Amino acid sequence: MKMYIEKAGSLTTVQDEGRFGYMEYGVGESGAMDRYSYRLANKLVGNENGEAALEFTFIGADVVFNSDAIIAYMGAEMNAEIDGVSIKRGKPYEIYEGQKLTFGFAINGLRAYLAVAGGIEVPVVMDSRSTNLKCQMGGYMGRKIETGDALTIGGFDYSKKDALLKNKVEAPTYSDSICVRVIKGPQDDYFTDEGLNTFFNTTYKVSPESDRMGIRLSGETIESKNGMDIVSDGITFGSIQVTSSGQPIILMADHQTTGGYAKIATVVSEDLQYLAQARPGNEVSFKCVSLQDMQKGLIHRLFGKK
Amino acid sequence: MEMRFLPAGDEALIVEFGMEIDDEINRKVQRLADFIRSQNISGIRELLPTFRSLMIFYNSNVISYKKLIGKIKHFKNDKEEGVAEKKKILCVPCCYGSDYGPDLKEMSSRLGMSTEEIIKLHSQSDYKIYMLGFQPGFTYLGGLDKRIHMPRLDTPRTSIPAGSVGIGGNQTGVYPVASPGGWWLIGNTPIEFYNPQREKPVLCNAGEYIRFIQISISDYESIQKDVKDNKYNPEYVYE
Repeated sequence: MKMYIEKAGSLTTVQDEGRFGYMEYGVGESGAMDRYSYRLANKLVGNENGEAALEFTFIGADVVFNSDAIIAYMGAEMNAEIDGVSIKRGKPYEIYEGQKLTFGFAINGLRAYLAVAGGIEVPVVMDSRSTNLKCQMGGYMGRKIETGDALTIGGFDYSKKDALLKNKVEAPTYSDSICVRVIKGPQDDYFTDEGLNTFFNTTYKVSPESDRMGIRLSGETIESKNGMDIVSDGITFGSIQVTSSGQPIILMADHQTTGGYAKIATVVSEDLQYLAQARPGNEVSFKCVSLQDMQKGLIHRLFGKK
Repeated sequence: MEMRFLPAGDEALIVEFGMEIDDEINRKVQRLADFIRSQNISGIRELLPTFRSLMIFYNSNVISYKKLIGKIKHFKNDKEEGVAEKKKILCVPCCYGSDYGPDLKEMSSRLGMSTEEIIKLHSQSDYKIYMLGFQPGFTYLGGLDKRIHMPRLDTPRTSIPAGSVGIGGNQTGVYPVASPGGWWLIGNTPIEFYNPQREKPVLCNAGEYIRFIQISISDYESIQKDVKDNKYNPEYVYE
């Protein structure tokens, strides 16, 4: 089965859980920016976790299938329609051969995920189907999706259709002003008390130059003790580095693997999804949590203890 | 030996051995990475060795920060007694000068040193791979002779071909993919430091060494052909 791209949208890429195991070779993880929404979209159409989906940024795509398909979308609200009839997030739909599925501008949130039952079949490169734009590798020919592309959809057991169509999850509402939890470090000791105070007690604005590599923030300058330069060390999804201008950058899915700026804090993994949906001009503030509390909390949620 | 444990969020930990670029510090990073790999600790997702620290990515559902540190504390930084550590050296054929190294002549006049001398100095050291980063397969190398350090180009090039061998500041290295860059280009290697289609996409590992071997243009072309035909096997020496 094929999915034809009639209009590509502003930045549409094939993404999955990410590419792991190659960080030591200079290859970053990539993958869906908002893993939570990506996973739910996959789940709604009955895909196993890890199947590739489309990530839309700000403006979604228009697509047509050459055969009947089951689709679902999650993440940002993009006014999706099938042949002009509005469809909702968080719910699978059957789309018939030749029908047109369209997405508009993101009106709430920034990134939406379109999952198709059977998953998007692109070659697995270094254990992942994710597009790494900087390395021009993975995904659909190592690049963003363009108008005229035809994506192959994997096989799907149509007898499961009726059960699948009953799936439903709540669609999120994203706020223009978010507070994300962070764990201090690894280089919080590079900053003065004043600098840490600024970081934790003021609000930053998402800059329009933000992308899949990083969310650039602008706001009050964060003071360091002796500059921000360190001998480069490792970076993770959610590392917050402060550049020599004193402004923070939150490193996201397409982050470099190593970097030479001090990192004041790291966003906890559960909160990355909100940053992935933050739009230019939105407000971000930071709340310090302890690592031990986070990990205890996680275990409690997993095993249902209070 | 001091190990500093620094959390990098709830899914990564940095174990830091020092603040400088230093051979011994980096060796500790490599040894800890080897130790952890040998322990098969469940919950560890991947390791990222850098100049002076090891980043450990882990699944906090499987192993907590506290437990992970407990395991790492078993690491004794003792060299195995009686076993001399052998260097694994990758021989990198390099065609210096001409179109392959367009900046070699200018560098020679700036340094007041013949191109032959520059080539001799560049190819006589074994360079340690401190870490990989910046691009897939880009090696940060230590050990460039002081006499051929060069400040970066005033105007970086917008595109440098893959395989270019350059010098920038106190560093030398190979561009694994075509990219912009501000280094002085002195040569080019026909071997691929990075090829996503290959079984091992990235040729080098941190902790290994690189030795540049001067080759002629005709050698370059024949190796390049072998690389294209998947017939080239990288050459290593152990010393």
